[in-house]
Amino acid sequence: MAFEILSTCVNCYACEPLCPNQAIYQASPHFLIDPDKCTECIGDYLDAQCGSICPIEGAILDELGRELNPPGSLTGISPALLARYQAAVEATYQAALEAKTA
Amino acid sequence: MELPVLNISPAAASGGGCDSHACGSTGDQLGHLPEHIRAKVHNHPCYSEQAHHYFARMHVAVAPACNIQCHYCNRKYDCSNESRPGVVSEVLTPAQAVKKVMVVAANIPQMTVLGIAGPGDPLANPERTFATFRELSKKAPDIKLCVSTNGLALPESIDELCRHNIDHVTLTINCVDPDVGAKIYPWVFWKNKRITGREGAAILIAQQQKGLEMLTARGILVKVNSVMIPGINDEHLVEVSKVVKAKGAFLHNVMPLIAEPEHGTFYGLMGQPGPTHEALQKLQDACAGDMNMMRHCRQCRADAVGMLGEDRGQEFTLDKIEDMEIDYPAAMVKRAEVHAQIARELEIKELARTAKTELVAISGLKQDKAKTRPVLMAVATKGGGVINEHFGHASEFLIYEASEFGVRFIGHRKTIPYCEGGDTCGDGESALDVTIRELSGCEVVLCSKVGYEPWGPLEAAGIQPNGEHAMEAIEDAVLAVYAEMDAAGKLAAKPVVQQKAA
Repeated sequence: MAFEILSTCVNCYACEPLCPNQAIYQASPHFLIDPDKCTECIGDYLDAQCGSICPIEGAILDELGRELNPPGSLTGISPALLARYQAAVEATYQAALEAKTA
Repeated sequence: MELPVLNISPAAASGGGCDSHACGSTGDQLGHLPEHIRAKVHNHPCYSEQAHHYFARMHVAVAPACNIQCHYCNRKYDCSNESRPGVVSEVLTPAQAVKKVMVVAANIPQMTVLGIAGPGDPLANPERTFATFRELSKKAPDIKLCVSTNGLALPESIDELCRHNIDHVTLTINCVDPDVGAKIYPWVFWKNKRITGREGAAILIAQQQKGLEMLTARGILVKVNSVMIPGINDEHLVEVSKVVKAKGAFLHNVMPLIAEPEHGTFYGLMGQPGPTHEALQKLQDACAGDMNMMRHCRQCRADAVGMLGEDRGQEFTLDKIEDMEIDYPAAMVKRAEVHAQIARELEIKELARTAKTELVAISGLKQDKAKTRPVLMAVATKGGGVINEHFGHASEFLIYEASEFGVRFIGHRKTIPYCEGGDTCGDGESALDVTIRELSGCEVVLCSKVGYEPWGPLEAAGIQPNGEHAMEAIEDAVLAVYAEMDAAGKLAAKPVVQQKAA
């Protein structure tokens, strides 16, 4: 039973001091959870601490691979709007890349 | 026509920043304060409008964690070309931050203030924030320390703040009503739980108010920042201003919402507009009846370095400071000399100002002024309190209001320079459009020089270009142009269509 931090983590440190088991540690390129230490906060807190302060939707998964904070749950930005925004960012990035190589 | 200069502060010669004569309301702002408070703010660029022409500040980004979410903030974003709160290029460890502060202090002796402002909330990162303060108060005792917070963790941090001799705290308060707060803060992290909506906002508001009371009770100066969000809290901020003043806040800084879709924030993506310049000014004026208002804020980054109008962060990146050795005791001697020189300069200007005010007051008695309407004028300056910037090179304009009561600073407006560098102008049209839009409401733009090409479009937009007051003191020039407009019969109660008068 353990959570997992994905590469969308922005290294904000917020979760690290909250973990009751000191399972979270700084690593490169992002923070990680030691699966041997993580108890998903069971017995310590009603809500998993890392998942309760993490500002990035989808950055932490539970043992079944489910997002603790699914899209839209933290920012209020709907998944559809977010997808459009991400597509626009990607397009701008690609355009800049092409302009650079051209 | 002779008019007094309102809110006078001395001109600057130290370079950088916006360096205007009266960028704010120093006279009103500091004049009535007790001496011990004046002593605390006289060299703090974010608390004293006058100080911001002379002294620099820096922020170190040691505090990435946050305990709340605001709808104008996106924690994923990082861009070195952007200047807005919450944005940084590199997060530092306390040791790296201490090194950076000492390098900057030695290289920019005017730097008097070190603030921790994020990119998250400093008090949600107590270990890193206080480790930085602890080291700095030992190693660089001549630097003022201050902190900017959302207030959620403020009550529990007060004792620690006092231990580090922090005598300035900036508290962001956007509302005192949880129903308003629910539209600004989607969640807060409180007592080991994420609490959403109105309930979360109510906790935040209660903590902010409690923290404000505790700070003022201990004699710590509090500046309240509020983000003006049209349709959400704009009308409510007048109430906020009253409440925070009653609780002893010293200064209120109402800032415009920054929200663009490319920032990826809730407000940006939902198309929430920021306020117009006119609406911002109107609200600042409405709050000013109850409170000292700050108008010179540049909404800087959580890792900004330099005078308020500038950011020299790129000169002091980690790789650049790594090998620098600083002899801080020697730097402190040099810094003290620079500070003493600025103090002498201010003293001389204060004497000149007093003399001038008396003169104006006497001649003012003889005036039998007719009622004239107020006029906004934009000024291009690169420092020293004089009109010394070409129209095409200005990346920001200072806005002054001339009226029958005198001249006062209103704020600044950023733009893209019409000629991006260089003296020859090529394809600058879109930049000119931006400038014309940014200068909406202004009837005159004063600059040291203005080219033939932008002249026509400016006039067509009702903004009279004027290059006749180059190198003159800003207030004097604004008053002179206002007098010319009056003599030409342009200051009747309603605006007259601009004609080429200059």
